Order: sequence, then C-alpha cells, then structure tokens
Amino acid sequence: MHVRTTRGLALVAVAAAAALALSGCAGSAAPKSGDGASVDFKTVKSAKDAGGLEALVAAAEKEGALNVIALPHDWANYGEIIAAFKAKYPKIKMNEITPDASSSEEIKAAEANKGTDQAPDVFDLGATVALASTDYFAPYKVATWADVPDTLKDADGLYVADIGGYVSVGYDSAKYPEPKSLDDLLKPEYKGAVALNGDPMKAGAAIAAVGWASVQSGGTLDDFTPGIDFFAKLNKAGNFVKVQATTATIVQGETPVVINWDYLNATATEKVPTWKTVILPGKGYAGYYFQAINVDAPHPAAARLWQEFLYTDEAQNMWLKGGARPSRGEAMAKAGTIDKALYEKLPAAPTDAVLPTKEQSKKAGETITEKWAAAVQ
Amino acid sequence: MTTDTITRRGAGLTKARPRGRGLPFAPALGLLPFAIYITVFLGIPAVLAVLSGFQTKRGAFTLNNLGVFTDPKVLATFGSTIWLAAVAAIIGAILGVLICLALLGLPATSRVRTFTNAATSVLAQFGGVTLAFAFIATVGRTGLLTQFLDNTLGINIVENGVWLYSLGGLVLPYVYFSTPLMVITFMPALAALKPQWAEANLALGGTRLGFWRHIGIPVLAPSFFASLLLLFAGAFSAYATAAALVSQGAPIVPIGIENALTSESVLGRAGIAGVYATGMILVVVVVMFAYARIQQRAERWQR
Repeated sequence: MHVRTTRGLALVAVAAAAALALSGCAGSAAPKSGDGASVDFKTVKSAKDAGGLEALVAAAEKEGALNVIALPHDWANYGEIIAAFKAKYPKIKMNEITPDASSSEEIKAAEANKGTDQAPDVFDLGATVALASTDYFAPYKVATWADVPDTLKDADGLYVADIGGYVSVGYDSAKYPEPKSLDDLLKPEYKGAVALNGDPMKAGAAIAAVGWASVQSGGTLDDFTPGIDFFAKLNKAGNFVKVQATTATIVQGETPVVINWDYLNATATEKVPTWKTVILPGKGYAGYYFQAINVDAPHPAAARLWQEFLYTDEAQNMWLKGGARPSRGEAMAKAGTIDKALYEKLPAAPTDAVLPTKEQSKKAGETITEKWAAAVQ
Repeated sequence: MTTDTITRRGAGLTKARPRGRGLPFAPALGLLPFAIYITVFLGIPAVLAVLSGFQTKRGAFTLNNLGVFTDPKVLATFGSTIWLAAVAAIIGAILGVLICLALLGLPATSRVRTFTNAATSVLAQFGGVTLAFAFIATVGRTGLLTQFLDNTLGINIVENGVWLYSLGGLVLPYVYFSTPLMVITFMPALAALKPQWAEANLALGGTRLGFWRHIGIPVLAPSFFASLLLLFAGAFSAYATAAALVSQGAPIVPIGIENALTSESVLGRAGIAGVYATGMILVVVVVMFAYARIQQRAERWQR
C-alpha cells in the first residue's frame, strides 16, 4: 500500500512537471502543434515540440509498439535497458528485430521494410554507417541533449553518440601474462591465441583494432597500413587466430586473447572470472556508436520516447554497468548523478586517444579492402 | 480369386484412361507445388541476385561492377574457392568409393550396411555452424584430440597456429560432409554392377583385374564423375561452415558475398555481391550441365 502511494505521488509529480514543461513551451510550439492530437510525430524535433514528455508518452502508448534492431542483450547491457523500458511503458510492445544484425543491415532493413510496420523505428549504428546514412534519419534532440559533447553529435540532431569505449586487450590471466605493449603480442607465449571480433573488411570493432594497431606502432589514422602490417606479422608468427572471437569461443578457450572494445571485453569476465581487460599505454583509439531515429519510423512517437529513455540518468547508468562509457558520462560525473562505483571501475582511459573522422574512416575501409586479405593469408 | 483380380485391374484401367484424356495437364498439375516452391525460393532469388550485380546504388543499369573480375584479388578468391571445392570433392570421392567397395562385400541386409546407409544420410546433411563447432571442439586449440595428442604423445598439432582456421584447414570439415554424400550417390551405381557380368568375364577366361579394367571402371566412370561434380558443387557453394571457422580475409567467394553485403567499413558494395553471385552461378551452371550430360551416360547401365 505504502509503496503504491509513493508511486502515485511520484506520478502526480511527473505529471505536474510535464504540465509545467508543456505550458512553458506552449508559446513557441503553439503555431505548429495547436492541440496535442494533431501533432505529426514524424517531424517532432524534441519533446517540447511534442507538447512535453507526457504528450510524447501518451502518443507512444497509443502507437502501442516499438521496433528496435541490432541490439544484442549482452552488448553493453542492452538486455537490462530493454527490460527497464518494457517495465516502465508496459503498453508499448517491443519488437526486437535481428539482434545480431550489422550496422549496414540495419539500414537495409529500413529500406526493405519502408512503409510497413515492420521497419525499424530506431537505429544503433557504427560511426562509418551513421555518417554515411543521414538521409535515413529524422532530427531529434533529447531533453539531456546539451550534456553530450559537441564532437559526439550532429548539430541538427540527426544522430547522437550513445556509448563508446577504447580498444583494449582482453586476456585469460590464468593462462597468459599481461601484455604491456603491442609488440608483446608477437611473442611466442601468445602462439595461436590472439583473435579479433570479426573481419575488419566488415566489422566495426575489428576495423578499430587495426586502427589502434596503426597508432600504437607510431602511425596515424590517415593510413591504416602500419596496423595491417602488424597483423601480418602476428599472422606470420602463428599468433593470430582467424576464428571470430565471441563469448562462446572465449569460454571454450579457443580465443584466449582478444583485441576488442573495452566494454565488450569486460562482459567476458562474467563467464570467465580470470578474464582481464587492459588498455595498453601509448595512443588509444576511441570509438562511439550512434543513435538515430528512422525518418520513416512506423512508430514515430515511440521511437522518440525510446531515445528520451536512453539518455535518462537511469539508462546511461545501465550502459555503464555493461562496461560502456555513456555519452553523457562526463556531465553526469560532474552533476554527481553517475554511478560512481561503476564509473571508477572502468579501465583507465588512455591519456591521448584518437577518434577517426568521416574521411579517415572511408579511407581506412578502402585500405583494408585492398590489403587485408593478402596480409592474413 | 483370379477373375476377381483381373476384373478389378480391368476396371481400374478403364477408369484411369478417360481421366487421363480429359485432363492432359493432370501430371503437370502434381508438379505445380514443387515448381512454385522452386520459383519462389530458387528462381526469383537467383534472378534478383544476378540483376543486383548490374545495378548502381540508385538502381540504374551498369556494367561497372563487372570490373571486379579484372582485380587479381577477386580472381584469386575464385581460384581458392575452386581449389578448396576440388580438393574436398576428390578426397571425399576417393574415400566414398573405398567405403562403398567395403560395403559391397556385405550382404545388402547386413546390419553394418543398414547402419552405414542411415549414418551417411544423416552425416551428409551435417554441416554449417554445428559442424564447425564440432571441429573446433575436436582439433581446435583446446580441442579434445589436440589435448590428447599433446598430453599422451607429445605431438602439438597447433604448434604453428591453428591450421583449422585457414583455407587448407577447411578441407577437413568439407571432406567430412562430402564423403557420406559420395557414398549415397555412388552406392546405387556400384550395387547395379550385375554379378552376371563378372561371371561372364570369368567364364570367358578374364581375370579379376581384367574385369575392373574392361567392365567395372568403364561402366562406373560416368557415375563416379557425376558424383564428383555433385560433391564439387556442394563444397563450392558451402558457406556457414567456412564462415564459422575462418573469419579473416574472406578466402572464399561465399564469405566475400557476405562481406560485400554487410560491410561496415566499405559501404554500398551490394552490386559487387551480385557480381560475385553471378560468377558463382556461372560456375555451378557449367558443373551441373556437365553433371547432367555424364548422368545420362551413367544411366545407360543402371536400367
């Protein structure tokens, strides 16, 4: 009973706050929205435009469904985030489409299912695909938009970084010594042990590993060749395992050393307690994933509500729990709303880290397509 | 009793005939579900795949994608795919023939033979990710056999890296599903060798070796090559097993197609995938054409 009363109170409070927000923005949004029912959520650029968060919630609940794509439950704690959203908005039915899809498959799904209620409402994309697919996005800015650093979002709100991390080395500390530098991995004790999360000719995490090897061996992001050369050496030494590293291969022991995003490496510790994740000294390589709303979203209000939810303190802390660095992390640390214990548990960020630009990403893709197959033959 | 049967048979005939005349399409009608199935799941996708090879990103017609065939890397990929399929098919065919010969020595009703028949039917379909993991668990870095050999005999089969995850390493799982397929396709041909021919050969003073040289091998050769081609086509188009084992460098065409379709590093290469698919379809069409021709010859002796 007591609990219910509190919840009821909280609801009233939220409603009141939303009403305030609504009246606050009524002046600016009035010419467009007029009365709430006529709002076209496909063009809504913020919760204010929609007539406040409450109006957005009501519209999303009326739509009754949300299609998300490519969100594996063991990827940065998405499982918990999805469960929390379902619990918070039980009237919205969540359809999880192809959780293991790649970024470009997400865009393909949007194109193939355009105009049907099967199309994904929201995307979670690697940087290269996000930057190249802006035609598919609807601009939208969440309430906490200002907290995200400018370098990690589109000024018009087409896309915004959700989580990021650094390239790290995960290893089974029961069987292998801690690598202290890139060249350590070439040593005979890592024979047949070092694997990547996919083929750099297609997977974002693996491209990052090659870029990381480039800057670690003194190169720049303008040219990924030094990184490719490193993996050619690794392959020649017999240390490179060509099977894709997954949680399954890590548990089974087939890929005991994995170069991957730190938040993905961190999840293996749950299954293999001796699994450790290190970020090597020297230049680091940062990478972010991006959220965007499908311009043809079959559930435009639910899509926007999902994005609002992802940038709440609650969801950002859940990402953090999955070992990822949420894009509002720094602002939340300043405001004291971040889960401090989890924030401090992250591997120390490199003092100097690089993030590839659109042009560099494009050129990297070309260089890898040109040279990778021959390098690891 | 006898009259009864005859009348019934006669009645059946008279009934059947007018039905046949009235509906000349009746036999074709029975084929319709299969024809629809093949059209929807093979015909249309194949046409779409080929067409996608001749389209730009925006859907206009182009021949530019064909340019990839001038790229030595692409040709090398086709080369290594053909090499892999050929090696797996030849080894699988030889092993399959040996198993067939061994089985021939047993009576058709023997338990070993029935068991082998059942096992080959199952194993020929045992492919994909399951097979890949079976091999990882056996001869991978921490595989059972790898560990056993290392612990008991001191032989380290992964000393220079895990060979299972290379192009050559793929031969082993490919042979694993090719061999039972060979047994299935070749056994009927071998079983159709009439004992009378052997007897005639002996009666005319021929030797055992002479029988194989002048009768056995010439009669079986078409069946053998037809089966070999079937094995080749199967291995050439296999994808899932290879993808689960070799994730680096796309050494074979089917993985190259997957890369071109899903790549996050280089975008908009769907046309290239279409051209790859066209190349594969061409190879398989040639192989299947040869198969059909050889099969015609083989059937001569199986009546």
